[in-house]
Amino acid sequence: MSDTLLKTIFGRLTLESFPIHEPIILGTFIAVMLGGIALVGAITYFKLWKWLWTEWFTSVDHKKVGIMYMVLGTVMLLRGFSDAIMMRAQQAMAFGANEGYLNAHHYDQVFTAHGVIMIFFVAMPFVTGIMNYVVPLQIGARDVSFPFLNNFSFWMTAAGAVIVMASLFVGEFARTGWLAMAPLSGLDYSPDVGVDYYVWALQIAGVGTLLSGVNLIATIVKMRAPGMTMFKMPIFTWSALVTNVLIVAAFPVLTAVLAMLSLDRYVGTHFFTNTGGGNPMMYVNMIWIWGHPEVYILILPLFGVFSEVTSTFSGKRLFGYTSMVYALLVICILAYLVWLHHFFTMGSGASVNSFFGITTMIISIPTGAKIFNWLFTMYKGRIRFELPMMWTVAFMLTFVVGGMTGVLLAVPPADFQLHNSLFLVAHFHNVIIGGVLFGAFAAINYWFPKAFGFKLDPWWGKVSFWSWVVGFWVAFMPLYVLGLMGVTRRLRHFDDPSLQIWFIIAAVGAAMIAVGIAAFLIQIYVSFRDRERLRDWTGDPWDGRSLEWATSSPPPAYNFAFTPVIHDLDAYYDMKSRNAERPLTGFRDIHMPKNTGTGVVLAGLSVAFGLSMIWYMWWLSALSFAGILAVSIFHTFNYDRDFHIHADEVERTEEERTRILANAAAGA
Amino acid sequence: MSAPTNQHQAVEMERDAHDRGSSDHVDGGAAHGSRSSYVTGFVLSVILTAIPFGLVMSGVIGDKSVVAGICMALAIVQIVVHMIYFLHMNRKSEAGWTLMSLIFTVIIVVIALTGSLWVMFHMNQNMMPPMNPASAAEMSDQM
Repeated sequence: MSDTLLKTIFGRLTLESFPIHEPIILGTFIAVMLGGIALVGAITYFKLWKWLWTEWFTSVDHKKVGIMYMVLGTVMLLRGFSDAIMMRAQQAMAFGANEGYLNAHHYDQVFTAHGVIMIFFVAMPFVTGIMNYVVPLQIGARDVSFPFLNNFSFWMTAAGAVIVMASLFVGEFARTGWLAMAPLSGLDYSPDVGVDYYVWALQIAGVGTLLSGVNLIATIVKMRAPGMTMFKMPIFTWSALVTNVLIVAAFPVLTAVLAMLSLDRYVGTHFFTNTGGGNPMMYVNMIWIWGHPEVYILILPLFGVFSEVTSTFSGKRLFGYTSMVYALLVICILAYLVWLHHFFTMGSGASVNSFFGITTMIISIPTGAKIFNWLFTMYKGRIRFELPMMWTVAFMLTFVVGGMTGVLLAVPPADFQLHNSLFLVAHFHNVIIGGVLFGAFAAINYWFPKAFGFKLDPWWGKVSFWSWVVGFWVAFMPLYVLGLMGVTRRLRHFDDPSLQIWFIIAAVGAAMIAVGIAAFLIQIYVSFRDRERLRDWTGDPWDGRSLEWATSSPPPAYNFAFTPVIHDLDAYYDMKSRNAERPLTGFRDIHMPKNTGTGVVLAGLSVAFGLSMIWYMWWLSALSFAGILAVSIFHTFNYDRDFHIHADEVERTEEERTRILANAAAGA
Repeated sequence: MSAPTNQHQAVEMERDAHDRGSSDHVDGGAAHGSRSSYVTGFVLSVILTAIPFGLVMSGVIGDKSVVAGICMALAIVQIVVHMIYFLHMNRKSEAGWTLMSLIFTVIIVVIALTGSLWVMFHMNQNMMPPMNPASAAEMSDQM
């Protein structure tokens, strides 16, 4: 075949694009392939494909979509963490004559992939998954407002993850750092496919994030149970509302800035180039207008989780609920007023820097108020130190330190010393691990019994907890020290041997975190194995206060047989204290949305579109784009979208629950 | 209402969620336009478009910046007309959520735009190299 024909078909994809000469990647590839084949084989052997497809992949049930988000986040956590452990190992050994085992080309991809994956494909799926699962249950709704859109959003996020993973074995990932700052990410400095992988993965996943934001806002605004006024809404739902407002307002900025970057790279415009009238500083400005709200998008839902957990395990109403809500709303606006603190050193004058320094210090006030609210909730409470509460206390201790180093960095003159150093790296890991990850684990341990009907094993949970918490402190405190000594981030080799001990300590910490992750996976396995021992028949294992605990665990597809009427902020606590009884008769048909495979198909076409754009296979881009349009339009003619769960089936389900509850009461 | 609700408080049951969809008007659904409101909106839009068009084409006002100013002002009025007559925005629509989200959007857009202009003006002043070949060459010598 002629070269032109090959080029037309495969674009710039050649045999050299496959990194077979890189032993590390080749080894990983072989391991992943073997694992993948084993997994596919196992699914085929146990004849699970049909079950996976009908019960999970095509499901529009918010509970199943939420669980799929959590699975995606967990899988990607393993990938993102293996990047982390590679960096820690490299930095612990690469001193003086020792060059370590990663070359610069590879190391730059590793730290970029680590950041991108941890933020977009671990933290975001975790928070979206938790909100998806919990919000409709907390507000007494049957599902989210747009169930198909929800399934579609998940698959678009998964499609982005697939594209990032593909870059590991086909071509390479960006070597630009997780925000792909221009002009480094421009065509002049990054001519290869790495940045294109970055752009298309984020653009496609971004569609999912934005649409799920719209979906959850509509759900919270329109589908609350009767009686649930805004100020009777559970605090987690409040935090979810504010988070999704931030998502809907901020993500279009990311989409726009990445679209301009791709125009620079594909059609030769000059938005962010050094030449032709472009201005790379505008890229930095715009990406942080998205980027700062993004950190609040990540942390606010977990603030909601901590509030629920603290209140439940202290056996008290949340202290300062109203101030909590106002703190969220203040953060919602202030989050848009601080973005410049990410580039104090880029050269704005004193007036700009002081303005943004002061706004940054101000935004710590509502956050600090929340900490006091949690402490006052615990004060004189009967605190039960179960796993979710342990994660919450660990969060408070850890996050306060991270918050204070953040305020330190908010002082522009100090930032001139500390920016781009390991101090910054330690700071944001301190808040993201201490806040988002600890929060995700608190949420997983808290709501797992609701989702599956049995608790997570506490012994392995404690192993995971202590390994994570101690591992975090051991891994990141040395980075504060190194940062104060002026060590900059993203280095793969050092000359000063006196620094090595700190990197070795950090690597030990990373190894402890690895134990924590392994223990978490074992915890899930052991809990599944011993599910009868850990079974919760009541649906309310923690003596919960909000509405999700009122239904069975796992909840039926329709969540609540009757839409509950809300009289109090702690709706379920209110019901329990009034000895309200479950209604046992008068069931009616329940109107439900039908599963559809359209989301999977659209996301699959989007992967094809993204990959073809990355590799310049224009024919495939045109084809897959036309396919996306055609399938979307075709789906609008799908009138077979709903069905009814018949009243007698509802009655059977509810009678079964009545029987189980009676047994549980007799046993207790 | 179908469930027997002798336990008065928490178990009072509403109709199921499906039926509830149609009862949204209770807490204020979307506002709807009438024929006269659409006509009013249309006429206002035409007038607000015709004035700037006429000003530019006829050149009655000599000063171009004055013309541009008038055009911008009328454009803003035009946006408001569209929002009221075509997007049916008022304080009551969707129980006030429409107006609230508009205010939020305006705040965020104003922050992002004025902030970016302010920041980029500073950056431009302090950081951009002078754009003539001689000094550019000088700069690259120093690097």
